Amino acid sequence: MLHIKCPHCGMRSQNEFSYGGDATVKRPELNKEISDQDWDNFVYYRKSLRGKHKELWQHISGCRQWIKVERDTATHEIFKTVKAHEDI
Amino acid sequence: MTQNYRLDKIGLINRDKKLSFKFNGKNYFGYEGDTLASALLANGVHLIGRSFKYHRPRGFFGAGVDEPYAIVQLYRNNETEPNVKTTEQELFEGLEATSVNCWPSVNFDIGAINNFLKVFLPAGFYYKTFMWPKSFWYKVYEPIIRKAAGLGVASTKHDKERYEHKYEYCDLLIAGSGPSGLASAYAAAKNGARVILAEDKPRFGGTLLTSEVNIGNQTGKEWAENIISELKEMPNVIVKNRSQVFGYYDHNMLVMSEKLSDHLPKTKKYNPKQRLWYIRAKEVLISSGSIERPLVFGNNDTPGVMLSSAAKEYLKVYGVLVGKKPLIFTNNDSGYETAIEFKKNGIEPVILDTRKEPNSEIIEEAKNLGIQIKFSYVVVAAKGYKKVNAAEIAKISDNKNDLGTLENITCDCICVSGFWTPTIHLASQSGNKTKFDKDIDAFVPGVSKQSETTLGAANGTFTLAETLKDSFNAGYELSKKITKNDNKISHPTVVEKNKTTHDKFWCVPLPKGKNYKRFLDFQNDVAVSDIEIALKEGYRSIEHVKRYTTLGMATDQGKTSNLNGLQLVSNIENKIVPEVGHTTFRPPYTPVTIGAIVGREVGKHSRPTRKSPMHSWHEKNNAVFVDAGVWLRPRYYKIGEETLFEGSKREAKNVRANVGVCDVTTLGKIDIKGPDAAELLNRVYTNAWLKLPVGKARYGVMLREDGIVMDDGTTTRISENHYHMTTTTAQAANVLSHLEYYLQLVWPELNVNVVSTTEQWAGAAIAGPKSRNLLQKLFPNIDASTEGLPFMGYIEADLFGVHARIFRISFSGELAYEVNVESDNGNFMWEKIMEVGQEFKIQPYGTEALSTLRIEMGHIAGSELDGRTIPYDNSLEGLVSKKKDFIGKRSLDREAFIADDRQKVVGVVPIDKKTSIPEGSHLVKDAMAPIPNPKLGYISASCWSVEYDNPFSLAILKDGKNMIGQKLFAMSPLKNKTIPVEIVSSHYVDPKGERVRS
Ligand SMILES: [Zn+2]
Repeated sequence: MLHIKCPHCGMRSQNEFSYGGDATVKRPELNKEISDQDWDNFVYYRKSLRGKHKELWQHISGCRQWIKVERDTATHEIFKTVKAHEDI
Repeated sequence: MTQNYRLDKIGLINRDKKLSFKFNGKNYFGYEGDTLASALLANGVHLIGRSFKYHRPRGFFGAGVDEPYAIVQLYRNNETEPNVKTTEQELFEGLEATSVNCWPSVNFDIGAINNFLKVFLPAGFYYKTFMWPKSFWYKVYEPIIRKAAGLGVASTKHDKERYEHKYEYCDLLIAGSGPSGLASAYAAAKNGARVILAEDKPRFGGTLLTSEVNIGNQTGKEWAENIISELKEMPNVIVKNRSQVFGYYDHNMLVMSEKLSDHLPKTKKYNPKQRLWYIRAKEVLISSGSIERPLVFGNNDTPGVMLSSAAKEYLKVYGVLVGKKPLIFTNNDSGYETAIEFKKNGIEPVILDTRKEPNSEIIEEAKNLGIQIKFSYVVVAAKGYKKVNAAEIAKISDNKNDLGTLENITCDCICVSGFWTPTIHLASQSGNKTKFDKDIDAFVPGVSKQSETTLGAANGTFTLAETLKDSFNAGYELSKKITKNDNKISHPTVVEKNKTTHDKFWCVPLPKGKNYKRFLDFQNDVAVSDIEIALKEGYRSIEHVKRYTTLGMATDQGKTSNLNGLQLVSNIENKIVPEVGHTTFRPPYTPVTIGAIVGREVGKHSRPTRKSPMHSWHEKNNAVFVDAGVWLRPRYYKIGEETLFEGSKREAKNVRANVGVCDVTTLGKIDIKGPDAAELLNRVYTNAWLKLPVGKARYGVMLREDGIVMDDGTTTRISENHYHMTTTTAQAANVLSHLEYYLQLVWPELNVNVVSTTEQWAGAAIAGPKSRNLLQKLFPNIDASTEGLPFMGYIEADLFGVHARIFRISFSGELAYEVNVESDNGNFMWEKIMEVGQEFKIQPYGTEALSTLRIEMGHIAGSELDGRTIPYDNSLEGLVSKKKDFIGKRSLDREAFIADDRQKVVGVVPIDKKTSIPEGSHLVKDAMAPIPNPKLGYISASCWSVEYDNPFSLAILKDGKNMIGQKLFAMSPLKNKTIPVEIVSSHYVDPKGERVRS
């Protein structure tokens, strides 16, 4: 079980969080033309990285904030966690 | 009955307390403090079971967690447990155990015919032999193997014992209470660290209980006892015996299984049987010690052959002689310690030492005691079938290749010592890359990956002085790092006998003309010849050799067999052991009961149960409940002997004829506030939300970004910047997370707050033609006319002194209202509705009637919103705005989503108007078509229409919009039904929606 530092609450066990996927994906702006390919990339295509991965987690059983986590997908080492609006 | 093998004056057992027990139906007795193994050995019982594959007789090999084969079926307090190690099971009054792997009995075993017929099951036997003919597998092979193999029988009864989970945090977790564990715990605790010290055995002290050493001016045992009692008194220390740290997981989380009651005849009231500890430690000290390695020779699995350290432990801890004419076979000095203990207790051992001319203090002591020692000697084979009665021995050449003349020596046990294997399982599980230490022929921990340190024998340090020095130091340094305290304890002086190097020799060659089985893995019956076959057949990777031969795959996980297996592979392959590498160590280190893993989450505790504030009213009124997510909801209210079908039909009819009331508290509710609330809704829902007036509700559908419908519900504008959203019961949590995701990450510029209010409001739906009359009576001060409270209108009013929210919304196809009050007033509201509703013939209705009412009006719900459908499929395309953008809109342009023959919801009626169509049935054109019959659609929901008094179903059907009027077949292979059906509109009742607007 991972130990994740919520930037709002401190160190908490993984079972208080839910995983939210790649944190680098940016939703296309509303009301803007977008090609099929770009939309597909946004909705479906994700890299399955080995190594450092920037990802989203939500502290659902705590403060309910979405946070950004940089984690090594092979070793589970967590390098950094920041608040939703901060860059990672 | 006397215990012929029990000594009078030695051991840590309590001789004042005799305990009687049964093994294979025969009565014995032992003492408090015995294990089942020690008690059986005290009674001279060496035959404990049969081996897994060849059904060879099995005795005891170890004295603890490393035991490969002394496993029994245990009976305790009317329960039974398989796969219990006799060496770990403490004796209690009335214990009963039977052998496993024996059919029909331990003394006469049919499976052993395999052995005599020389139908030896070589490596890969199962793969090769049971391949053909296929039908034989089920009828012949499998039943026989099942009956003859296996490590016992699992109980089929419900386990009434209680198992608990516990979460704990500490500065230092120390696994193992031998010298290194005690020293490091003591040093760290004295320096203010929060320490947990775990010991898997009942007694603390590890090897200090059995070795002849002095620490300071005390014996090792006294020192251990004093340290433990001091640690127990310290408030910053948790000391746990019978507790095995079995798994090392990510981020320094370890899991420990504590057996609180397995040593008692019966679990004490209010006590758990076992407790699983999840421990998050800042630092972990692994002081798990080492396990003695076997020496490999002919018939080395015969009962009476055992580890020399085990023989010593039986003697010193339990006062039990494993034999009265022991032969000690060793390649190092440890065997001498065992021999000396025998000698001191009046037994004459003979030592066979594979080394030529070793010299050390302990060898001198053995010589001085007059123990007979034969250097450069080996055991070639054990003699005897059910018990060792002699050994074939021989002198071995200096290069260890040639045996001298075979001699026979009488003995009743053979105690072997092939040196020591550090217990590196936890270190390896932590991610530590282990390294091979040539000096000890074994792997030791290498570079730490997590915050873990391995000490003492587990780290390949075999002298006590060094161990204590390292451990005091580690305890101090690590605690200092955490607590910043600087209170250092000086480590005591040690008196121990020095030892000399071991002999790297471990496997005795076969004498000419002999074909003895030489076993590596005792539990899985893997012999030297099996490994040889596997390698001959081309297996190279040690992981493949393991799986092909089953070496190290048994419940003991190869604790005694792994290294010898590796040695053999490396010898044959002419490689060094580190090139062969070891197989992965995975948790658990020892078997853990399913009960401990599951903990309290069994039966109805497997998830929380949520009840509405009106739950007790439902109970009192004969509600039959159904699980709806985590909620308990009334399915129907039973009158007399009514069935579900009859009761729900009555309730639904009453809604259509008069008025009904349904508990809708379980619907998800989200309070949305802020100046940008309308904008958020406009982006989340597919339809337009910017112009919804205050005091009005609107039905909305929300999508995922991939265009699939996520949820539906109504949202009401309570005031200018305040909305009340409802979600389906099942999706409540997901919708909240969804909104939070967009507000926090995607559109943080929107000034909106969302919070769940599901628990804050109790809800009652009042539906039926008489619902307006009822509402007017409940709220005399409001204008309940359609002008005063139009369809989708919202007002707040006073319900007999209680504040209430009234929504005119309907999911039943009837004129309907939903009343919400604060949860505490839920029951009051419900009782008032029932009381006032009497004159309108009100009846409560449950989820079954609720489903019927929504299905026959074609209102989609969870069974259609199944994560595979888009708005069009649910005939919700009218709610999809063409003008504005929203979540998931772009995906609706996907080719498949706009295909001409896209699936769509339809109604389905059986042609005979009698046969109910099972949910999940497939719709096909031709019932007789060969399999696979092309599927056109599937039945999503079925009911008995109360409006038309015949079965009615909803289906998602390919090209649904052009299929109305078509005749198809609904096929349910599960229910073995084929039903001719007609496709009709999904809006079976009130297709124009006149009633809800009336
Ligand atoms: Zn938090």
